[in-house]
Amino acid sequence: MAAIEILDLEKSYLVGFWRKRPKIALRPLCLSIEEGEVFGFLGPNGAGKTTTLKLLMGLVFPTAGSARILGREMDDSWVKSQVGFLPEQPYFYDHLSARELLNYYGRLSGMPAKGRSARVEEMLGRVGLSDSAGVQLRKFSKGMLQRVGLAQAILHNPRVVFLDEPMSGLDPMGRREVRDLIQQLRHEGKTVFFSTHILSDAEALCDRVGVIHQGELRGVGAVADLTSGTKGTIEIIFYAQHVPAALTGLGADASVSGTMVNAVLPEEHQEAALEVLRRERMKLISLAPVRNSLEEYYIQKLRPTDALQADSDQESGRPEQSRKGAGA
Amino acid sequence: MNSRIGHIAFNTFREAVRDRVLYNLIAFALLLSGAAILVGEISIDIERLVVVNLGLTAVSLFGVLIAIFIGIGLVSKEIDKRTLYTVLSRPVRRWEFVVGKFFGLTGTLVVNTFFMALGVFLALLYVAHKFEKMDLWVLGALYFIVLQFLIVCALALFFSSFSTPLMSAVFTFALFVIGNLAEDLRGFARITHGTEGWLASAIAYLVPNFSALNVVSQVAHGDSIPGRLIFYNTLYALLYSAMAIAAAVLIFQRRNLK
Repeated sequence: MAAIEILDLEKSYLVGFWRKRPKIALRPLCLSIEEGEVFGFLGPNGAGKTTTLKLLMGLVFPTAGSARILGREMDDSWVKSQVGFLPEQPYFYDHLSARELLNYYGRLSGMPAKGRSARVEEMLGRVGLSDSAGVQLRKFSKGMLQRVGLAQAILHNPRVVFLDEPMSGLDPMGRREVRDLIQQLRHEGKTVFFSTHILSDAEALCDRVGVIHQGELRGVGAVADLTSGTKGTIEIIFYAQHVPAALTGLGADASVSGTMVNAVLPEEHQEAALEVLRRERMKLISLAPVRNSLEEYYIQKLRPTDALQADSDQESGRPEQSRKGAGA
Repeated sequence: MNSRIGHIAFNTFREAVRDRVLYNLIAFALLLSGAAILVGEISIDIERLVVVNLGLTAVSLFGVLIAIFIGIGLVSKEIDKRTLYTVLSRPVRRWEFVVGKFFGLTGTLVVNTFFMALGVFLALLYVAHKFEKMDLWVLGALYFIVLQFLIVCALALFFSSFSTPLMSAVFTFALFVIGNLAEDLRGFARITHGTEGWLASAIAYLVPNFSALNVVSQVAHGDSIPGRLIFYNTLYALLYSAMAIAAAVLIFQRRNLK
């Protein structure tokens, strides 16, 4: 069963003081996410990621379209009890301590009194806040608030977790812990939908990603597929103080860094390049095919729609036609 | 009461307490004890009248200021700080949130009024050295003041559901002042005819009738409060607050939380 089904969800706001005009925040969005999947929603700032999450959480109302979570309408009370949400740069009631806040949210989520306190302590431990559980949140740093945010999102053991920029404000250790937490959620069979613009996180965590830009979904694809292909080039790293002229003659794009040289050249010149290194008595460090990266996919999808259209037409030999929806 | 409303109300109350809203009681205590001592020194036979007048007016003023300044931020502050997002993403309906906030604030005011009422009675005991039967009506006046708070809270919540905090404060305070002149407005409407008369009547009945809820002077003179007035005032305050809250809910239900 699809955990999240989004059908032509669209949002525009009226802006302007005297002459109101519509500003499109999200163009018709169609997306389906299976249960147990970790989905990364990628896009630059202002792309429409937060708007999509707010629409799914019922915080803003769609101009058109609909969405279903676990097969039911998104404003259904049961659905809300099965959903966890971490907003972007979360801010909580700062008169409460972390423990009090989680207890409050636990009550609002309908968690039974029996076992709630134990679950709160478990969550505090899981995000590394056991020692500061009794401190009022007004004394918390941004990173600590982010951890509280993560704890409240998974407190009630939801089946679907929405995280808006979960790594934001965290130090490298904190980011690592969040990555581990998302991996744990995956192993527990949860569906995770998270927005980010940190591609390495998405590449490490997601089954699939979607790229959104200027309110439009530009593409969706499985991370494994997007990064498995090679580009017909190889990368050779070897010890040397200079780039051998023969290597440049093979079409290598090389750079020297200290005592090492990094060269990228067409795959068909691999043997010739190795021969050059042997002849020059240069020690090989590594040789690997250059794989497609998520970053390239992302950059490609962020290019203006017209350019994408031209590429697509070129690939398929189709004449120019209107582009609707998106696919990998 | 729906348990989610209760949890939201309790959290609102706890927030007010921890944000030191009840510290106003210190100012109130200082004002009243100072007044009681002064009145004891300079007044002859009107000590009770002065203490009841001053005490109840202070209770009303302190409470109304708290109701307005907390009430206008009840919803808008939660939207601005985005604390609302993690509440409404749970099985909490928007109307439950609004009603919970309302009960939380009125609860704070009831507790505040309770302590201020204690202060008034202590001051009365200080100047009169004993309680009299007519002092019971002071309780009635305090009850009417609490009814006023219900209406002020509901109005502040209503305005804050669509307006900025500053404008909400202005609107609510303006209605409080106009509402205290409601009886005069009604009198004016009775002697005016035609369109002006119709308009004056509409305004007179639309603004909250705070003057009917103000029996401070009556009670200070030792007059009783008719049971019928207690009944009608209770009904009026509950209906008026319920309508203002319902309007706030209707607006808030449709609001995009940007």
